[in-house]
Amino acid sequence: MNAAYVLLAMPLAGFLVLLWLGRRLGEPGAGWLATLAAAGSFVAAVVMWLSLLSKPASSRLVIKQIFTWVPVAGLHVNFALQIDPLSVTMALFVTGVGSLIHLYSIGYMHGDERFPRFFVLLNLFLFSMLCLVMADNFLFSFLGWEGVGFCSYQLVSFWFERDRPPAAGKKAFVTSRVGDFGFLIGMFLIFAHFGSLNYTNVFSGLSAGHPGALAEVTATGIALMLFLGAVGKSAQLPLFLWLPDAMEGPTPVSALIHAATMVTAGVYLMSRISPILHYAPDAQTTIAVVGAVTALFAATIACAQDDIKKVLAYSTISQLGYMFLGIGSGGYVAGLFHMITHAFFKALLFLCAGSVIHGMHDEQNMKRMGGLRRWMPVTFVTFLIGWLTISGIPPLSGFWSKDDVLLAAWHKSHALWAVGFLTAGLTAYYMTRQVALVWFGQARWEESAGQAAAEEAAHTTRGRPHESPWIMTLPLIVLGFLSVVGGVINLPYGKWDFLSRWLAPVLPPDPHVDTSVKITLAVVTVALALVAIALAWVPWTRRAEHPDLEPAVLQHGWYYDDAVSAFVAGPGTDLFNFDAYAVDAGVIDGAVNGVARLTRSGGSLVRRLQTGYVRNYALGVAAGAAVLLLYVAVRGGQ
Amino acid sequence: MTVPGAWYLGLAALLFTIGAVGFLVRRNVLVMFMCVELMLNAVNLTFITFARVLNDIGGQTSVFFVLVVAAAEVVVGLGIIVAIFRRRTGATADDLHILKG
Amino acid sequence: MLLAATHYPDWIVFFVGGVAILTGAIGVVLSSNPVHSALMLVLTLFGVAVEFVNQQADFLAAVQVIVYAGAIVILFLFVIMLIGVDRKENIAREPLKGQRPIAIALGVVVLVELVVIARFQQWATGAHSTAGSLSVAGENVALLGQSVFTRFLFAFEITSVLLVIAVIGAVILARRPQQVAGELTREEQEAKGT
Repeated sequence: MNAAYVLLAMPLAGFLVLLWLGRRLGEPGAGWLATLAAAGSFVAAVVMWLSLLSKPASSRLVIKQIFTWVPVAGLHVNFALQIDPLSVTMALFVTGVGSLIHLYSIGYMHGDERFPRFFVLLNLFLFSMLCLVMADNFLFSFLGWEGVGFCSYQLVSFWFERDRPPAAGKKAFVTSRVGDFGFLIGMFLIFAHFGSLNYTNVFSGLSAGHPGALAEVTATGIALMLFLGAVGKSAQLPLFLWLPDAMEGPTPVSALIHAATMVTAGVYLMSRISPILHYAPDAQTTIAVVGAVTALFAATIACAQDDIKKVLAYSTISQLGYMFLGIGSGGYVAGLFHMITHAFFKALLFLCAGSVIHGMHDEQNMKRMGGLRRWMPVTFVTFLIGWLTISGIPPLSGFWSKDDVLLAAWHKSHALWAVGFLTAGLTAYYMTRQVALVWFGQARWEESAGQAAAEEAAHTTRGRPHESPWIMTLPLIVLGFLSVVGGVINLPYGKWDFLSRWLAPVLPPDPHVDTSVKITLAVVTVALALVAIALAWVPWTRRAEHPDLEPAVLQHGWYYDDAVSAFVAGPGTDLFNFDAYAVDAGVIDGAVNGVARLTRSGGSLVRRLQTGYVRNYALGVAAGAAVLLLYVAVRGGQ
Repeated sequence: MTVPGAWYLGLAALLFTIGAVGFLVRRNVLVMFMCVELMLNAVNLTFITFARVLNDIGGQTSVFFVLVVAAAEVVVGLGIIVAIFRRRTGATADDLHILKG
Repeated sequence: MLLAATHYPDWIVFFVGGVAILTGAIGVVLSSNPVHSALMLVLTLFGVAVEFVNQQADFLAAVQVIVYAGAIVILFLFVIMLIGVDRKENIAREPLKGQRPIAIALGVVVLVELVVIARFQQWATGAHSTAGSLSVAGENVALLGQSVFTRFLFAFEITSVLLVIAVIGAVILARRPQQVAGELTREEQEAKGT
């Protein structure tokens, strides 16, 4: 089981080596070193998985302690790793997808002057994410949580010489902070109630067999606070603002952090606390409702975006909503299944988008693309695979996972299922719109290039899109393959539900739905998806401008971002100023300084006793003697 | 019939009080010193009274030592006064207030 | 009445001594001339000596007169003359605020407390001392001597050391600053013209 140490050590070693020697190694050495570290980490994850498989199902829990971190009386927290089916699952796809993206980045970041720094941060991110998922207690997990937030901030503002990336990075960090506040409160509540932050200690008494082990109020409080943390990190309503802005970062960052891994941390956290959620049905409902509403909300906005990455960003928010919908409905395995398939196809889609951007010489507006399928064949095919997967077309993996989520939602509430159903339709619509605008239709880039490009084309091949090098297309192919066959891990037929059985020691099984209902719902969903594809295909392949299909309110995201900005700039700033000056400087600093001032004024009062006159001092002595004599007179003789 | 001890104690208390008030009220250094001597005498009287009442020679021994120490104290105290007030004649205790806080 | 008083010699002596003491004490405090205060002090000391004799402390009465009245008060007078603080002090004004009223108040408080303690409290606990009786005249010195030289011998030796220290201290304190050997005095320096 020492593979666990290797798992964490490799990205950490990569980070440290690149920190000192990255500049020296330069391009592409730094990139290859980082990729090797990530790949080594993946191998370690596989070894860990295999050794866990070799154990019987009931004893698949190994704790590996690295060192004691907080040995304070009453609070004992270690740097220790919990190796169980859930953490191993997370580690596998995080390192797997991560390694592919590391490889891709070598090609994408080619020519960037801060090439080594990118990989330093990518490795650090991988290490933090692994800390998050492999930790055996809330505090160590929170350390990883903050670490990935920090890396996200650094990577989003990677091109900090421009205006927008640093602002976006700050926005991401600050919004996440609001969620982190919830995480901290949740941790405090857990410690106050259970006296420990260790997963094993906290969850040991809680299971379906102990109905009264945890009061519903406490469980709901803990669950909602931790969910607030998840809302911040996984970009749900109302804290999703940062994710579209985070597209300012390089595309591999968007793929790795904001699609496949960091944003799934919230989903992981909710799965981890499934024993607590068992006692808080109201919290579960809240999670499901928030997830469903976010999914629909984001999907509507995605229908009207022009930037190729923004569509995918809103799509990510929407799909994360699906995951929370699944978890809130009691379908933990469904939520995790969708998380895994989403990692495959969303990373694929983002990397394809990056390939397109790279091939179009940093053009990101879909309205200026079109008909690219002739120029970028590999990217085209893999993008199509991603498109069909996300739209939920069988037998691709997206169909199976999305269906599992919708089944769990049906079991919970038909209304929630309806929202998810509608969102599935919208998903198919906006993805088809994107495919049509980018790959089909007229080659609008030729028109907009116009005169200047024609002259340039005489000198170089610039102005014409080109396919990306193998180093970028290989990960696309691998991810495409995984998106196609990924559904195999949890098919709903008899013995084929590997994932469900694998996760059984940690997560309860999905709620049961009758097979006839299952089939009916599946058919209906696929039908809706096909209708939506057809509805999107016809108008968007013909023309790129359809103003009535792109209302301004959707383009501006229901003006939510603008509303928040107005609030923060206006009354929000007043509130912050009040807090900073009146409360912090006035009350808190005032209290602390006030103690000093009080001491000083007390001292200057007492100082007046020292007149320098001997006779005054003698008076003091006499007064003291009088007091003593009083005491003697009163108490004497006893 | 002998005088009860309480009378002597009362007398000594009165003497002590007069000495204490005198010390606090007078400004001339030597008069203050004399008031200290008054207080010491009051204490001596108390000791002797108790030696008689309790039939214990230890009281008188204490007076013996108080006398010796008072003598030594007067010697040293007057030496200090001479050293301080040699140059400034007519000075009082109130003129020494350099150690004001 | 006076005849009846002769049956109580102790009381008469007590009152006489008491009057002397109190007169002298009040005289010390209220005299504006320090020399007068010193002489009033002598009166008090004599009164105290009388009270000592009344309580069978003969030796100490003698020592009181010799040491206190004979030596210490003389010392006081020497210093008064030497320093020149024999000028009349204006006791009517009191420069320090509040000193006088508080002093008098404290005095009254202390007096009341002492009287209360003396009159109403019992302090002696434990077994009666066997150190000696005072009823045999002429034995007082012997008893006192025995007590000082046996039981309180250590204290006796220490007080003798204390006296030596006091003498040395007094000599040093009252000395004028000396010239260091080898250095010229100021007059000699001026003569040399440096």
